[in-house]
Amino acid sequence: MPKFDYAPAPESRAIVDIKDKYELFIGGEFVESTSGKQFATINPASEERLATVADADETDIDNAVKAARRAYDRVWSKMPPAERSKYIFRIARLLAERAREFAVLESLDNGKPIKESRDVDIPLASAYFFYYAGWADKLAHAGFGPDPQPLGVAAQVIPWNFPLLMLSWKIAPALACGNTVVLKPAETTPLTALLFAEVCQQAGLPPGVVNIVTGAGATGKALVEHPGVDKVAFTGSTEVGRAIARSTAGSNKKLTLELGGKAANIVFDDAPIDQSVEGIVNGIFFNQGHVCCAGSRLLVQESVYDEVIESLRLRLMTLRVGDPLDKNTDVGAINSAQQLARIQELTAAGEQEGAAAWSAPFTAPDKGFWFPPTIFTGVSQAHRIAREEIFGPVLSVLTFRTPQEAIDKANNTPYGLSAGVWTDKGSRILWAANNLRAGVVWANTFNKFDPASPFGGYKESGYGREGGRHGLEAYLDY
Amino acid sequence: MTTKPRLSVMKTYKLYVDGKFPRSESGRTYEVYDGKGTFVANAAKASRKDARDAVVAARKAQSGWAGATAYNRGQILYRVAEMIEGRRAQFVDDVRTAEGATAPAANRIVDAAIDRWVWYAGWTDKFSQVVGGANPVAGPYFNLSTPEPTGVVVAFAPQGSSLLGLVSVIAPIIATGNSVVAVSSYARPLPAITLAEVVATSDVPSGVVNLLTGDAAEIGPWMADHADVNALDLTGVDADVATDLQIRSAQTLKRVFPARSSDRDTDFEGDPGTARLAAFVETKTVWHPIGT
Repeated sequence: MPKFDYAPAPESRAIVDIKDKYELFIGGEFVESTSGKQFATINPASEERLATVADADETDIDNAVKAARRAYDRVWSKMPPAERSKYIFRIARLLAERAREFAVLESLDNGKPIKESRDVDIPLASAYFFYYAGWADKLAHAGFGPDPQPLGVAAQVIPWNFPLLMLSWKIAPALACGNTVVLKPAETTPLTALLFAEVCQQAGLPPGVVNIVTGAGATGKALVEHPGVDKVAFTGSTEVGRAIARSTAGSNKKLTLELGGKAANIVFDDAPIDQSVEGIVNGIFFNQGHVCCAGSRLLVQESVYDEVIESLRLRLMTLRVGDPLDKNTDVGAINSAQQLARIQELTAAGEQEGAAAWSAPFTAPDKGFWFPPTIFTGVSQAHRIAREEIFGPVLSVLTFRTPQEAIDKANNTPYGLSAGVWTDKGSRILWAANNLRAGVVWANTFNKFDPASPFGGYKESGYGREGGRHGLEAYLDY
Repeated sequence: MTTKPRLSVMKTYKLYVDGKFPRSESGRTYEVYDGKGTFVANAAKASRKDARDAVVAARKAQSGWAGATAYNRGQILYRVAEMIEGRRAQFVDDVRTAEGATAPAANRIVDAAIDRWVWYAGWTDKFSQVVGGANPVAGPYFNLSTPEPTGVVVAFAPQGSSLLGLVSVIAPIIATGNSVVAVSSYARPLPAITLAEVVATSDVPSGVVNLLTGDAAEIGPWMADHADVNALDLTGVDADVATDLQIRSAQTLKRVFPARSSDRDTDFEGDPGTARLAAFVETKTVWHPIGT
């Protein structure tokens, strides 16, 4: 199949004004870190330095938590809920107004294709604020008793794969329920959170209601372990999730965790193959596979295996990997050198253990972190690439003969975040959905998200839900 | 005619695992006293092995129990209430012995325990409707969220409220389709054993409810570390033990209830609410495109 060449169609960077240096956002103002320590954030597609951000230490965290507490005690918890609601609506609207600016900044800092940041991340982030804004004055009707109360100060730590979207999943329900927050974005993607701080100022949000502190693991640890925190919400690796669960044990902190996944995407022999292949591609190569719910284990019924693999290879030949700011790009840069090393280590293990790797011809740009979309065939359930979360554009293909075998293999993982089912038969979809041990099941679709739809895992994928009415529970005392 | 004084038959109290009444495999027992300090019986002291056997039984039974219709689970929970009602004199006696309660107080407790089973029996086929539902997503998709059982729950029953507390812990766990391994009050285990006898004759499938008598602090760490246990109910353990079990649970990310120290005080005579039902379910959300 010929691959058509496209002329470059880069989105302009001019819309966003990146400052040379960013400070912490505490008590409604940008302040220097007390230690003066800083670190750089780079563009993973070019390795150019984008800006320098503050490295918050325990003193900064203490200041941020105190600011959040003051705002909680004096303003936010006392405000009529309808007023609280309107502030959050304002934030939703301001985000939508400045959507292109956020999208460009997100793609620069994260490496994801502009068509994803522009069409998925930023519109959804605004939508989450819009959705939760409306809950603020309706909490008595949400099914958590007649008079649910906020918890207080929420410590929130988010990952680098969907920086602004994860911020919205955390901040929107927390504010709607009457909490104030201290949020730490990931160290490789802090910029949209800091731009969000400006949106809070534009919205006139009372100082201290939202505080943004930047830094790496030590900053996050200091935040979740701060005694002045009432609620901890974390999205990230299962390993760090475990450490947080240990450190908050025996405290009064309410904890929700959204952790790793190793989702099965099951294709039955009666599934429409073209649609399934689109779903498989979207399931694992969306956002370079940096998705906790990515469909990283493809389970194909043996009778259609050849057809699916052939079709999948053809489709991979047409995927455009390259400049995240190019509007034609399907797959952007890997977020960091560290993550690239992790992907390389696991794919090497896959080949060593006997699975066969295939990817379309690909020449990586000179600079930046790149990994071409790759599929592994001949994978067994024991292989590391079938068990461990790769968090990259790597698909492991396994086969099955009977529906029960598909379910057994799909559930054969300590994770339980998501799963996919492709079949034309309605009763089989419902049967499979009932038997899959996963928090989100996509049937004849994949990687769909919506503010009204709860998201979260079973088993070692964590606990608690984000999104929908269910998402309020994490931020209420009732 | 003169009647000779008759020697009563003393009862051997055992564990309840997988629908059977075994002694502890360890052969251990401990002495149980009534509220006045008089010896009442020897209770089996469950070991690590007993607890693990109970988890195996609970795992085996769980999917079948979850797969039963909610209506059927409701009927079975109601049946437990019926059976306690039929043996209420023995329960009143047990509670009086165990808790040193007066006759009116013991009667009140047994009444409440029966009513609690009825309350949860009625919840089995309603909880999904109350906490689940259709989500109005912005696109042509059918999107439905429903609660599903977490799986195998190990519950440490309250140390004080030996019958009502125990029932209040067990009933919500199994109402939603989980199976349970419950560790009774250490000092007051006898109502738990009588309850096991009721459960055994109430159509509750073997393994859905397992009751161990013994020391929560001894059994707890093994259960918190156990990779095939999905959740812990820490109602009956001391605060420091609870913290340790919570730390251990982090390795397998077990659900822990109550998770916060401030939520640990429970009044079993009050309105039970739905918190315990909600603690041991997972929300599953299913998406499907709508089209012709």
